[in-house]
Amino acid sequence: MTATVSEIHVCRIDDLTPGLGAAALVEGEQVALFRLDDGTVHAVQNMCPFADAAVISRGITGDRGGEPTICSPLYKQVFSLVTGECLVTMDKEPVHTSPDLTVYPVTVRDGDVLVTVVRSL
Amino acid sequence: MSPERIVVVGAGMVAQRFVQTLRERDVDGRFHVTVIGEESYAPYDRVALTSFFSKANPEDLLLGDQRLWNDSGVTLVRDARVARIDRAARAVTTDAGESFPYDQLVLATGSSAWAPPLPGLDLPGVFMYRTLDDVAALQEWVRSRPGHGGPVRGAVIGGGLLGLEAAGALQSMGATSTVIEFADRLMALQVDRSGGEALKGLIERMGVQVKCSLATDAVLAGADGNVGSLRFNDGSEQLFDVVVFATGIRPRDELARDAGLALGERGGVKVDAACRTEDPRISAIGECAASEPDAFLSVGLIAPGNSMADVTVERLLGGSSQYNGADTATKLKLLGVDVASFGDAFAATPGALEVVYSDPFSGAYKKLVMTDDASVLLGGMFVGDASAYSQLRPMVGSALPGDPSSWILPEGVAERPELELPDEATVCSCNNITAGSVRHAVNEEGCHDLGAVKACTKAGTACGSCLPLVKKIMNTELEKGGFEVSNALCEHFAMSRSQLFSAIQVAGLTTFTDIIDRFGAGHGCDICKPTVGSILASIYNEHVLADGRAALQDTNDRVMANMQKDGTYSVVPRIPGGEITPDKLMVIAEVAQEFDLYTKITGGQRIDLFGARLEQLPAIWQRLVAAGMESGHAYGKSLRTVKSCVGSTWCRFGVQDSVGMAIALELRYRGLRSPHKMKIGVSGCARECAEARGKDVGVIATEKGWNVYVGGNGGFAPAHAQLLVEDVDDATVFQVIDRYLMLYIRTADRLQRTAPWQAEYEGGLDAIRDVIVNDSLGICDDLDAHMAHHVDSYEDEWKAVLDDPERLRQFQSFVNAPQEPDPSLAYVVERGQRRPATGSERESMLADAGRAL
Ligand code: SRM
Ligand SMILES: Cc1cc2nc3c(=O)[nH]c(=O)nc-3n(C[C@H](O)[C@H](O)[C@H](O)COP(=O)(O)OP(=O)(O)OC[C@H]3O[C@@H](n4cnc5c(N)ncnc54)[C@H](O)[C@@H]3O)c2cc1C
Ligand code: SF4
Ligand code: FES
Repeated sequence: MTATVSEIHVCRIDDLTPGLGAAALVEGEQVALFRLDDGTVHAVQNMCPFADAAVISRGITGDRGGEPTICSPLYKQVFSLVTGECLVTMDKEPVHTSPDLTVYPVTVRDGDVLVTVVRSL
Repeated sequence: MSPERIVVVGAGMVAQRFVQTLRERDVDGRFHVTVIGEESYAPYDRVALTSFFSKANPEDLLLGDQRLWNDSGVTLVRDARVARIDRAARAVTTDAGESFPYDQLVLATGSSAWAPPLPGLDLPGVFMYRTLDDVAALQEWVRSRPGHGGPVRGAVIGGGLLGLEAAGALQSMGATSTVIEFADRLMALQVDRSGGEALKGLIERMGVQVKCSLATDAVLAGADGNVGSLRFNDGSEQLFDVVVFATGIRPRDELARDAGLALGERGGVKVDAACRTEDPRISAIGECAASEPDAFLSVGLIAPGNSMADVTVERLLGGSSQYNGADTATKLKLLGVDVASFGDAFAATPGALEVVYSDPFSGAYKKLVMTDDASVLLGGMFVGDASAYSQLRPMVGSALPGDPSSWILPEGVAERPELELPDEATVCSCNNITAGSVRHAVNEEGCHDLGAVKACTKAGTACGSCLPLVKKIMNTELEKGGFEVSNALCEHFAMSRSQLFSAIQVAGLTTFTDIIDRFGAGHGCDICKPTVGSILASIYNEHVLADGRAALQDTNDRVMANMQKDGTYSVVPRIPGGEITPDKLMVIAEVAQEFDLYTKITGGQRIDLFGARLEQLPAIWQRLVAAGMESGHAYGKSLRTVKSCVGSTWCRFGVQDSVGMAIALELRYRGLRSPHKMKIGVSGCARECAEARGKDVGVIATEKGWNVYVGGNGGFAPAHAQLLVEDVDDATVFQVIDRYLMLYIRTADRLQRTAPWQAEYEGGLDAIRDVIVNDSLGICDDLDAHMAHHVDSYEDEWKAVLDDPERLRQFQSFVNAPQEPDPSLAYVVERGQRRPATGSERESMLADAGRAL
């Protein structure tokens, strides 16, 4: 199997407000970006597995025992921004498949925010 | 392995429940189920049959999610009557000769309407009241009656549950309705003689005539060969154009009888507690079954059938649950009159005492049945006012503290004692979890916080409305066990909301970072961030998106609109007091049209526009603000609406200008952030058309001024507001409400509405009145100043955002494509407007577009 790995320029770091999320369209995929207070930037899939709607970027950031998290705005599931793992399911089942979020590697270079997408061919 | 075949005969309510439960539980696809029904509809809600007359569309009555019938494991055969069961060949055959083999057969044939064998039953114009076809034919008949100078004259024979429903239906079609009952009272199965009298009185007030102790001898034809009159056993006759029989039901046990299966003593297919007939491959459920535990059940109710369906599914899947007999407790609303009975309502227990209250004014009749020493509750009966039913019903068999009469006297006359729910009382009705299981989780399983109790018991995991009750039970157990009841907001703050409120106020802190550094730990979460955001807004009344605050807010507060299920938002402009000019209505209509927004009148006297995308919100509000409208705060934990009635301006009974008062109140408290949402109502006279006593604050006009009520609530735990002050002038209305709301904002828990806050405030309403009327804590000046600051510093949030390019940035759909619509949204048109496509609709749309490849 071959795969292409590409770094896609999404925005400038100043386009992101600390503590808040923003959605981005990356190669047709909806990605949720978060710039946290500590300066790190995280990217996860924007579709909420429990609501089946593209809303993750509009949730509230925070932490659970030190792990940076995002809480989905519709049914309040909590996910790790580092691993994408669903930490609090609110006793609900995901609509389709996995309860966890896909995580995208992010690089900030010279103030540019770059998201890495891997495509298998 | 191919699945085992289940055949269900009858496609009624219980069959639907059976298939739904089977499909939910049979995760491995062990069974394929075929349902054969003689009616031409998929299973529908027979309980709601009477609503056919208001809906007039059979589709609206269909039960459950219709996708159930498209499931590959389900086959629904309609318009097919099963004529025979061949037990040896294990197959059923329909009238049309089609044969369906089974591994398991489930009889769910229900009952048929029964009428006494009278002459004239077959005349045109005589109806039964059981099926959709029955009611559709009845409606057609009444509609097509030629006028004879007055309304169609209708008779209902039988004064039980069905009869009264039918009487209501006739009335709703504009016919007159007369109920003829052979027994000495209405609803003889549910209520005693006095209860029947009370019910008769209340129903006659609704314009229905009631004749008890009267037997019908014959239905007679008129000149046109249709129904013309009824003849009674006292020799009298009365003219009627339509006659409905509601004289009882008989189980449809004919298939079982012909197949040689045993029947119950009073008919019905005999089954054991696992709902099995004599033949281990045949079960019977619902009204056609005669189950041992129900030897004497003679009322047709849906709940027992549903339990039987669940028990049978469980058994077929290898489990062993049992049907333990029906709870015949019932609460009905007939022609708008509440009728409820539970437990030993007829005082059959030897020595039982009856405590009775009948209210000559309202016409209500209420009775409790107690043991001979008046200590233990055995049962009860309510006609006209069943408000105490839900609290008392789980208490049957338990000691009732205090004076039993406090439960049947009108609310507010005598203090009702606090009830400790018995272990078997259901707390969470979605998941059927009892108080006992919650206590067990706390005491035996070591669950000491709400999350643990939820995970362990499943209580509160569906609609969530039972959570306050679950929490209360948990806290009581924790206190009893000597554990400290934690008021901690979340893992980041060890304080409760009200403690945090004073801490922030005293320390004068204004940013989340300062607050969490000083009083908490970590980075915060979705619980503490919005709480702090709300506290800051209450104290300083600055813009919700003011510096650094945006990240604290839930998306609703952050974008000042309510997120809907598909991630789009709703737009609700404020319409103070419900009063609006045609010009403004026109602007709303134009905006809705231009942005293709689904439009609906809300339950709060204003208009909701649904389906706005994030990036459209500023443009939409631009239009609304330009036309002089402002945010309705439908998204905020803040004042929602002030509902009004038209009052003295137009109404012949109004004694004060309730619309004017409502507008003044709405403008005064708009935007005020609070622990939960707040609603106000203003009625122009004691008739209370604005339902003000169902609101957090209710203002009702009197000849001399206004009465102010506080602590009302709709929602999950409805409560009537209680009188705070009487006959006061306008200025005093504002003053007491200012103080009441401020005290609430400062001291209530997170997401605690006024009703529970007021009930739990130390000393209750009397203490609150003391604080705000007599200034017993010496804080009134402070409360007044705080509210004055709010009123003076109010600005429309939406206008402020439109003026600020930096804040507008929050309304981009994508940071790299700011105006690009979310590509995952999909809609279908229904009743002339668009609505979000359901999951399966979306899939088929994608498939059509060829993108699913
Ligand atoms: C739109 C509306 C239904 C409608 O189509 O009519 C509505 C819609 C919602 N209600 Fe409501 N309620 C609406 C009138 C009511 C009423 C009737 C009334 O106000 O007279 C009640 C009962 C009265 C009361 O509040 O005491 C009501 C009791 C609730 C509750 C239960 C609160 C409780 O104390 O138990 C919730 C849940 C909550 O707030 O936690 C709720 C929650 C909601 C939410 C916010 C659910 C959600 O989180 O999405 C819905 C928001 C939809 C939206 O985007 O606007 N809604 N809701 C009504 C808006 C009125 C308005 O103009 O603002
Ligand atoms: C007007 C009205 C109001 C009611 N109000 C209430 C209420 O407020 N509360 C309450 O608890 N209950 C109420 N009920 C009772 C409730 O509707 C019944 O308890 C419930 O419908 C019973 O469900 P079931 O599946 O056993 O029977 P049904 O719903 O009657 O279903 C049986 C189905 O089997 C079909 N069938 C029978 N024999 C055959 C055959 N041989 N071949 C094929 N199909 C067959 C019938 O046509 C029918 O469609 C009310 C009933 C009526 C009529
Ligand atoms: S009752 Fe209120 S919360 Fe429930 S669905 Fe209707 S609008 Fe939504
Ligand atoms: S009643 Fe408990 S979750 Fe609905």
